[in-house]
Amino acid sequence: MAIGTPLHSRTEPLCHSYDWMQWSGYLSVSSYNDFVQPEYASIRNSAALIDLSPLYKYAVSGADAPALVDRIVTHDAAAMSAGQVVYTPWCDPSGMVRQEGTVFRYEEDRFEIYAAEPAFEWIRRNAVGYQVEVTDRSAEVAMLSLQGPHSRAVLNAATDGAIGGLGFFRCTPTRIAGVDVAVSRTGFTGDLGYEIWIPADEAVSVWDRLMEVGAPWQITPCGLVAMDIARVEAGLILISVDYVSSELAHTDDDLVTPYELGLGWAVKLDRGNFVGRKALRAAKQAGPRRCVVGLEIEWQPLEEAFMAADLMPELPMTVCREPVPVYSDEGRQVGRATSKVWSKLLKKYIALATLDADRAQIGSRVEMEVTVQYRRCRVAATVVDKGFFRPARMRA
Amino acid sequence: MSKSYDAIIIGGGHNGLTCAAYLGRAGRRVLVLERRHLVGGAGVTEELYPGFKYTVCSYVVSLLRPQIIADLELPKYGFELLPLDGTLTPMRNGDHLMRWHDAGETRLELMRHSAADAEAYEHFAMLMYHLGKAVRPMLSMTPPDPTSLAPATLAKLAEIARTFGKRTDYLYDLAKLMTMSSADFVEQWFETPALLGTLASSGIIGTFLGPRSPGSAYVMLHHYMGEIDGEFRAWGLPRGGMGAVSESIASAARAHGAEIRTEAGVERVLVKNGRATGVVLEGGEEIHAKVLVSSLDPKNTFQKLVEPEHLPEDFRTDIDRYKIRGSSGKVNLSLDALPDLTCLRHLSADQRIPYLSGAISISPDIEHLERAYDDAKYGRHSRNPYMDIVIPSLIDPTMAPPGKHVMSLFCAYAPYELAEGTWEDNREAFGDAVIDTLAEFAPNIKDIILHRQVLSPWDMEQQMGLTQGNIFHGELTLEQLFFLRPVAGYADFTTPLRRFYMCGSGCHPGGGIMGAPGQLAAQRIISDTA
Repeated sequence: MAIGTPLHSRTEPLCHSYDWMQWSGYLSVSSYNDFVQPEYASIRNSAALIDLSPLYKYAVSGADAPALVDRIVTHDAAAMSAGQVVYTPWCDPSGMVRQEGTVFRYEEDRFEIYAAEPAFEWIRRNAVGYQVEVTDRSAEVAMLSLQGPHSRAVLNAATDGAIGGLGFFRCTPTRIAGVDVAVSRTGFTGDLGYEIWIPADEAVSVWDRLMEVGAPWQITPCGLVAMDIARVEAGLILISVDYVSSELAHTDDDLVTPYELGLGWAVKLDRGNFVGRKALRAAKQAGPRRCVVGLEIEWQPLEEAFMAADLMPELPMTVCREPVPVYSDEGRQVGRATSKVWSKLLKKYIALATLDADRAQIGSRVEMEVTVQYRRCRVAATVVDKGFFRPARMRA
Repeated sequence: MSKSYDAIIIGGGHNGLTCAAYLGRAGRRVLVLERRHLVGGAGVTEELYPGFKYTVCSYVVSLLRPQIIADLELPKYGFELLPLDGTLTPMRNGDHLMRWHDAGETRLELMRHSAADAEAYEHFAMLMYHLGKAVRPMLSMTPPDPTSLAPATLAKLAEIARTFGKRTDYLYDLAKLMTMSSADFVEQWFETPALLGTLASSGIIGTFLGPRSPGSAYVMLHHYMGEIDGEFRAWGLPRGGMGAVSESIASAARAHGAEIRTEAGVERVLVKNGRATGVVLEGGEEIHAKVLVSSLDPKNTFQKLVEPEHLPEDFRTDIDRYKIRGSSGKVNLSLDALPDLTCLRHLSADQRIPYLSGAISISPDIEHLERAYDDAKYGRHSRNPYMDIVIPSLIDPTMAPPGKHVMSLFCAYAPYELAEGTWEDNREAFGDAVIDTLAEFAPNIKDIILHRQVLSPWDMEQQMGLTQGNIFHGELTLEQLFFLRPVAGYADFTTPLRRFYMCGSGCHPGGGIMGAPGQLAAQRIISDTA
């Protein structure tokens, strides 16, 4: 049986659609109302409040914490300052990505790692011989994500001005409604936003306080379906959707290096040994076999494909995760599109896709499969940078 | 100083700006001349009181062509449509009718009023889908002249016949919609008074017709044939108000090299030997161009900008006869709190929000609309007006300070020609009638109004240059649509003067923030001057 998150008593009465999904065994709101668009609009226009408690959260502390984290992830964790956050993949010894997530350095020797899939065993096994304490805090920490142009105003009001100056990818302890929380300027929307890490048994007080102070700014409880639209617009990949963990890969085709995910910038080779370093050096040398890119499907051919079937364009207003083939303009399959959505914001049909490296250059012309009235058609698309929407306010 | 351009566009409304953007995109040197201090015409956002932004006249988008949004990359320049979840019709007995975006929820709500209507509604929606699809190609074509036997024209007429020929059953429905009154049409489908009133009200927007006047059913179709992201009949709230839409088109135009000058009103068009050669600005400056384009309405264009001796007599008569009667007013309010609607009192404060986040229509039955029209017929503003209301700040926090709101009220009727007095004398009384009528359904409204702006048709004429305050640059009645818009023989964006074109809503396919007249005119100019 799935169970509620620490916020369930607040989210349940508001979920008028009764549309829940099961995430890591927890009930998570897909969308609070049948009409998802107002929730999505709150991410881009006001302040969206999203319960992301089911994330996995691991604490790594002790004298060897910097060394351990540094050994596991591809980013330079040892060089992180206290209060810094990095987004990084971590790999298996053959340089293939197990997962990606965020690493927080709260203090010199206190880190936390957050990920969408379990990683406790991986961290623990790598910790043998290190003077560290590795704790699975997943169930004891709730997390609320507050995203949107008014998120700073709302959070400032809730913390009496404490987070106004918090920089992009920084974290800090603070208090909301008398509860000790941590706040990071992170999120999965590509927008201005914050994530609030709260002791599970006090999460409800924080929710109540945010909803109260956020009312003048139209704070809106927001489900995962709306957030998914925003993350595709931001070009953020999702495990098990846009790539497969090396732990769960069935075939070699599923294995990916960080370079192939567009995360080469988070691989710092020139430092002490870390898991996969040697293989990654070789992978970097050899070049990617395939790349995760963005696709923009062209409006005119898309419209024509539907008009030819005497239909108005039928566009996915929420993210469709069913993979479809992508072809070169000569007709050969060169990859697959894995997260597809009509962005109402950008007025474009966009997708995240994995393409053979030789077709993955920005500007490359390809064709994505679109089914129109039971017929599989191919519609012209262009390879673009997957950061379809990254507003300046995200970093400001 | 006399700088020369490939094209000068008179008037910086959304069609003029669209025309400029397409011309710029085709490599032409374009200058847009706008009389006011800001572009947009009747599509403007103005902050008359600090923190409160009014989408002064036009307020929602549906008809803006997707091709234009894509071609001009408008989202890049700030264009964003926010979702309107539905339409609330408060009823006099304290009940309400709510139509949601979701078809299942709407069906359940309609069943509360009439099971027959609940079923009929889905068939009605299906009919509108097919009719919208049938007329859609006409929105991106220059109307063919049916009196012409030119092969290209015959081909176009054949194409239109083919489009309709595919679904002959819908052809009959289309013929009905073209000829009936909106009330008669919806009464063939439904019985719930609040549903009838609200649906029929789409037929009276911007037109001096009542719901029982033949021809109003077409106006209803006009408001149903818009699309957002492939969905017909969807209306969206532009983030930042309609001004943001106009500004996004202006930015696109500038990105394509167009020059836009504000506070540069044009006094007249210079004509030499039957050819337009340039303009004279108020203030005397002369600017020349190879092509002149007016985005102003046909009466402004031909009765003010061009001296009569340059136009043929029959053309001048046709323009005199062009119907452009103003029939609506606009009220914009700054509010201290949300309105407390009697019909929502049974809900908690949080539960009410979705009901207020779409359109609120004061159209409890057809009689309400028809009686409002009766007043207008005899030269009075309606004592109990029809209203189409949105609260932009509920969905778009940029429009009001935190915790406060703005409310946009489109109101009918307000006839341009008053039997007694002037609009300057009557304006506030009209505003009072609007508020008094709203107060019947939202008793706290007078207590929460911080500021009020009332625009009569006369105000719209004075401020925005809309002749007689008609919001569509001419009524959307069949005798002045398609190949008859604005006048017979000139439905192709040309005028009797060489090198002088029209690109505003007074051209096909008409008004409603479509952008199509601007785009089609640009296409014509580009091909004429290739």
